[in-house]
Amino acid sequence: MEINELFLESLKTLTINKLRTGLAILGIVIGIGSVIALVSLGQATQQAIQNQIQSLGANLLTVSPGSTTTGAVRGAAGGGETLTNADATAIQTSPEVTTVKAVSPEVQSRSQVTAGRNNSNIQIIGATAAYAEVHKVELAEGTFITDADNTLMSKVVVIGPQVASDLFATTDPLGQSIRISGISFRVIGVTESKGGTGFLNQDNIAYIPLNTAQKEVFGQTYLNSISLEAASSEVMTQAENEVGYLLLARHKLSDPTQADFSIFSQQDIINTASATTGTFTTLLSGIAAISLLVGGIGIMNIMLVTVTERTREIGLRKALGAKKSIIITQFLYESIILTFAGGIVGIVLGVTASFLYSYFTQSIFVVSAVSVLLAFIVSAGIGVIFGWYPAHRAANLQPIEALRYE
Amino acid sequence: MSAIISVSHLTKVYSSEAMQTTALQDITFSIKKGEFVAIMGPSGSGKSTLMHIIGALDKPTSGTYVLDGKNVEKLNDDELAEIRNKKIGFIFQAFNLLPRTTVLQNVMLPMRYAGIPKNERIKRATEYLQMVGLGHRLDYLSNQISGGQQQRVAIARGIAMNPALLLADEPTGNIASQQAEEIMAIFQKINNEGHTIVMITHEPDIAAHAKRIIMVKDGKIVSDKLNPKQIKAKLHHLTD
Repeated sequence: MEINELFLESLKTLTINKLRTGLAILGIVIGIGSVIALVSLGQATQQAIQNQIQSLGANLLTVSPGSTTTGAVRGAAGGGETLTNADATAIQTSPEVTTVKAVSPEVQSRSQVTAGRNNSNIQIIGATAAYAEVHKVELAEGTFITDADNTLMSKVVVIGPQVASDLFATTDPLGQSIRISGISFRVIGVTESKGGTGFLNQDNIAYIPLNTAQKEVFGQTYLNSISLEAASSEVMTQAENEVGYLLLARHKLSDPTQADFSIFSQQDIINTASATTGTFTTLLSGIAAISLLVGGIGIMNIMLVTVTERTREIGLRKALGAKKSIIITQFLYESIILTFAGGIVGIVLGVTASFLYSYFTQSIFVVSAVSVLLAFIVSAGIGVIFGWYPAHRAANLQPIEALRYE
Repeated sequence: MSAIISVSHLTKVYSSEAMQTTALQDITFSIKKGEFVAIMGPSGSGKSTLMHIIGALDKPTSGTYVLDGKNVEKLNDDELAEIRNKKIGFIFQAFNLLPRTTVLQNVMLPMRYAGIPKNERIKRATEYLQMVGLGHRLDYLSNQISGGQQQRVAIARGIAMNPALLLADEPTGNIASQQAEEIMAIFQKINNEGHTIVMITHEPDIAAHAKRIIMVKDGKIVSDKLNPKQIKAKLHHLTD
């Protein structure tokens, strides 16, 4: 007996009771749809975070001061005063460090800034000319801080686009002056928008020369961090090691576990962020998978009802010579057609939902081919798994009992 | 002529926890090719059980059953399905056609299970439907035609595989008497063409169409006689 004839017969049977068929696949539609939508959403979030972190600079390594230990009291990580300008200079000039392309010593603090009657509380970063290269800062207008500005301790400032709009609204901020901690600075540049929110907001920042920041504004001799750009992504680990050993030597520490600084690569940060969003994606997909399971049970239920309803038909088919395998195939086709149809509709709905979400929130739209393919396989698989028992029950009916059934 | 059916010392016992019921007790008979046999008996006589065993729908508790040279009593489910498909044509009291399916497809169904190619199936099914006088109803759905017509479709389906045995269970039980006569006329026609027919019935009028009548009571054969009326008719038919 030709397989496709059996398939067409199953298809025809399902079209007879359209409402029931529709309701039966609804569970699968919702299950597959929500898995697709949630996985897409998770991947889009992950991609967005990754993009933002990458926008902070390519092949970026960050040296942070470690915790200070005073007797038995251990201070907070990053709160130490162990990194100095000399450390930064040493990284740049040491012959042992061969894989670092640019070094950006940095200090930072939040501060109130005012311009005329407007004021704002923003992140102030003391930076050198290397900062723009290391952190991929692009200027919308004007120039970034130069080495000369740093040496001369100029009172110049480069502001982010949000600061510009907060303080100057529509006026061109170039050449205007703003006050930071009571000191007047001249605006020499405005950066391009990088986007981001919260601690990743790159637009609500002002950059001033490092020396000016240390000596005139914050009054500190140490650095809050040193950002490094490795020569390429392949030498990140080597750069981390070279800088690590240099700083250990300079700080006269022989045991790496006693290091008073720590080095993070950008990849570490991406990995951490990805792990967090990954956990959420898994959690949400797990919940969606439960609805898929419930959908599968719905299919099984409907198939069991169908088998009971068609007991006489099954008996007749067996009396006329249908072998077990033919009955099994017929009912499995029905359940697979149900779940496969549900899968297709679910994929379309899930993709549409995630597209609409990304469209209205202006976020990234990601649909991975893998999750769609997986959804196809899973939906057909559910048909086989949940159709198996009803199909076998049908095939094992005894023809006499089945023919007598009212 | 060789025996199509050979049943010997056939016994069927239904056991439940509470009791054992003997439905058939030491039944022995044989039916030759081309015979038209009516099996009669009151309800509870065991005639349905006998029909199920002859129809390869059920297995005997003991005894042997040879159908067209093949021992049936030891076969498994799939082998029985094949026997039913190739050697037995069923005609049921309730017609048992597939609903919402055309007359033609209903007749094609056993041929489909036998793996006969579609063109051949359509050709043969059309022929048999013309033979039972339904050549103009091929594309009707099975539930759109009268009871008598449905039973004629069932007969066409029954002989579609050219089976060794046509097994009819109360074939006229659900149809009006005038149409019942038509059905019996078809039975006699196909019997004259060489088909072996075994018919279960409790109606003497219907059994009267058969050439041989086996009476069953309390699980035993109480009489097994040729039907003189039909033999005369047959002789008459031959001498004509």
